[in-house]
Amino acid sequence: MKNAVGREIPEEILKLTGKDVYRGSHYFDGKEFKKDGPVTKPVINSNGSKLVDSIHDVLVKCGIKDGMRLGFHHHFRTGDKVLNMVMEEVHKMGIKNITLCASSLGKQNDPILPMIEDGTITNIESSGVRGSIGTAISEGKLQGLAIMRSHGGRVRAIETGEAHVDISFIGAPTSDEYGNLNANGGKANCGVLSYSAVDAQFADKVVAVTDTLVPFPNLPAQITQTYVDYVVVVDQIGDPSKIATGAAKPTTDQRKLLMAKYCTDFVVQTPYFKEGFSYQTGVGGASIASTLYLAEIMREKNIHMGFGVGGIAKPMCDLLDEGLIYKLVDTQDFDEPSIENIQRNPNHFYITGGEYANPFNKGAYVNKLDFVILAALEVDTHFNCNVVVGSDGVITGAQGGHPDTAAGAKCTIVIAPIMQGRMPTICSDVTTVTTPGEDVDVVVTDYGIAINPRRQDLIEATKDAKLPLKTIEELRDIAYSITGEPERVQFSDRVVGIIEARDGTIMDVVRQIKDFEFKDE
Amino acid sequence: MINEQKKKRLRRSMMFLNGQKPSLIKDPYIYKADSLMFDLEDAVAVTAKDTARFSLFHALTTIDYRGAERVVRINGLDSDLWKEDIRCVVAADAELIRIPKCENKEMVQEVEAEVAKAEKEFGKEEGSVLIMAALESAKGVLNAYEVCTASPRMIGIALSGGDYTKDLQTRITGTGVELMGGRQQMIIAARAAGVQCFDTVWTDLDNMEGFRRDVQMIHDMGFDGKSCINPRQIDIVHEIFTPVKKDIIFAEKVIREIDTKKAQGIGVFTVDGKMIDIAFYDGAKRTIMMAKAAGVYEGDL
Repeated sequence: MKNAVGREIPEEILKLTGKDVYRGSHYFDGKEFKKDGPVTKPVINSNGSKLVDSIHDVLVKCGIKDGMRLGFHHHFRTGDKVLNMVMEEVHKMGIKNITLCASSLGKQNDPILPMIEDGTITNIESSGVRGSIGTAISEGKLQGLAIMRSHGGRVRAIETGEAHVDISFIGAPTSDEYGNLNANGGKANCGVLSYSAVDAQFADKVVAVTDTLVPFPNLPAQITQTYVDYVVVVDQIGDPSKIATGAAKPTTDQRKLLMAKYCTDFVVQTPYFKEGFSYQTGVGGASIASTLYLAEIMREKNIHMGFGVGGIAKPMCDLLDEGLIYKLVDTQDFDEPSIENIQRNPNHFYITGGEYANPFNKGAYVNKLDFVILAALEVDTHFNCNVVVGSDGVITGAQGGHPDTAAGAKCTIVIAPIMQGRMPTICSDVTTVTTPGEDVDVVVTDYGIAINPRRQDLIEATKDAKLPLKTIEELRDIAYSITGEPERVQFSDRVVGIIEARDGTIMDVVRQIKDFEFKDE
Repeated sequence: MINEQKKKRLRRSMMFLNGQKPSLIKDPYIYKADSLMFDLEDAVAVTAKDTARFSLFHALTTIDYRGAERVVRINGLDSDLWKEDIRCVVAADAELIRIPKCENKEMVQEVEAEVAKAEKEFGKEEGSVLIMAALESAKGVLNAYEVCTASPRMIGIALSGGDYTKDLQTRITGTGVELMGGRQQMIIAARAAGVQCFDTVWTDLDNMEGFRRDVQMIHDMGFDGKSCINPRQIDIVHEIFTPVKKDIIFAEKVIREIDTKKAQGIGVFTVDGKMIDIAFYDGAKRTIMMAKAAGVYEGDL
């Protein structure tokens, strides 16, 4: 059955998952539903501690068994040690058929690869996958399906009960013996625990894993004792040098700077650029450079950002300190200065992943965004974006908050060079749709800016500004004139993954890759 | 036939690119320099001369540089490479050859003869490839006028400050004092010969303020443009070398007034309180021409 972005979703996948095809970004707006709830084991006694000796013991206490869904967060990024540590123990215990429900997976999780091959892990639910796990999924090594969910989509899936988490392991930089958790003050700090907030509230069993036990009560707590069943103290939950890098140097890549300049030139021409505007940007070189350019204009015109959202890096914190931004709401920290900033600046706030992006609550922060500046692996002439599957057909990225912020923001801008290496980024049809074109308003490239024809208001607002405006087809034609039109990647029939829209419907499927076969001539 | 229009085209910025690096030569036009200068000389390692020439030939014949002028700096006449460089450049239809370390008219004429030979060999129209010369020594600067007038293909001369200051037994100071005489000599020679004059590169990329001062100075001296080594320098050069709105409006008034007053037999009059006579006509015309070439002119002159 064809969905609203024109992708054919196989009937057997609809049957297998019980899912519907994607029908549009606002299809579920205002539709009521009843939330799922966790099995809760009350603690009424006054015996005090929730400490358990080891990961093994806590798995036993939680009643680990075949077929369970285990939750993890990725706030420790490539420095994470918790997921591998827990899965290693699960593996040793001979447990099979686990569904891994992580907010994201990366190359740090490569050690779990054998567990995919031997059936310990048979299903994966994640924002996306980088590293050799992505390749393994694309090669068909996972027995079940990989479901790629946005950050908001994961919260929705857990809250609706579609993804009922049996046990969630929350790596916590600090904890007391009663399970008050904080992301700071320990040995491996990550600033915020936003993506695990939903696990705390909706998983049947919640296990805090820490390497820094602090006296009770560990206040302020981002996740409180009322949600936590057990606390395990281990040697190391993360490698601080890989959790947060030092502040990235501003890019000197002229192509990125050119795109950043175009982006800023566009932003300031829109009616949304006014006192109190809201803004989210990524941590790529072009995104950060465009923030820096924008700051110059904000200073010049005395315009302040009402609030900034998202994964936070140093440049946004600097603007907060300077007073150019009034408030930052933070779901993830990418560098040491932002982890330090959230502990110090009272206008830098922790929010949960649900508050950030869940489409099925009573209003997420993304809905209040004026601008979001995003990147993409591919953008097509329908403005559909792909951020998960490489042009070679292999899963190599993550949705993150891409579809959430694109849906929410009034002006969604995607920055991408028209080609990367020899591959056209602007193309006729993306390999896999992850963010629907209806939510993407502007594409900024090194060859010019294309505005989505749905946004006649933006076309009108910027028409006299002498911006290098082009149609998306013109940009694609330029790309193809240089690279040639690439042949489509060849896939086998088997579906190995689903790109889930943030509302739980199916945006696209990812099929198993196969070796390219040349046509007989 | 030599195309006079092409000789006098707008050349505010001329960006150096290492002809050996595909990533640099694949689409440098996005930064909108007026001219792109592909280097086969100093930027290319001795062992890579052949491959650089080969890849440059294919780049020039397959890539659409979208209106940017394609200039190639060939190897020095003291090498055994320059004649093959010229064959490559002519066969690939580049617009302009830059002669390095030029010191006298004979060098220009040697290149000119090879270019003519190559044009014949590859069936190109005679005179289709133009020439410019880089002056990199005291002798070259002293002979600026004879170099400028050495060939009808000559579009102009460029200062190469690094080698020139070595020859002077000084160094680039950032103040411009060491280049003062050379620059002045060159601009006078170029104007006397009716060709263009380009300034040397600014290598201190972190000192953008110094760069801006340097560009403003050579603009005020009368230079036509500046060699650039990084795209981030281009915008500043264009900003300084593009007439501002105020100047364009004034130039329009001057041209219109001179045209009407001439018909009325009036020679001297005032525009916006400034005394104007026919001597201002060419300057005003040039301002409008520059504005048009830079794409900022919206009037109807």
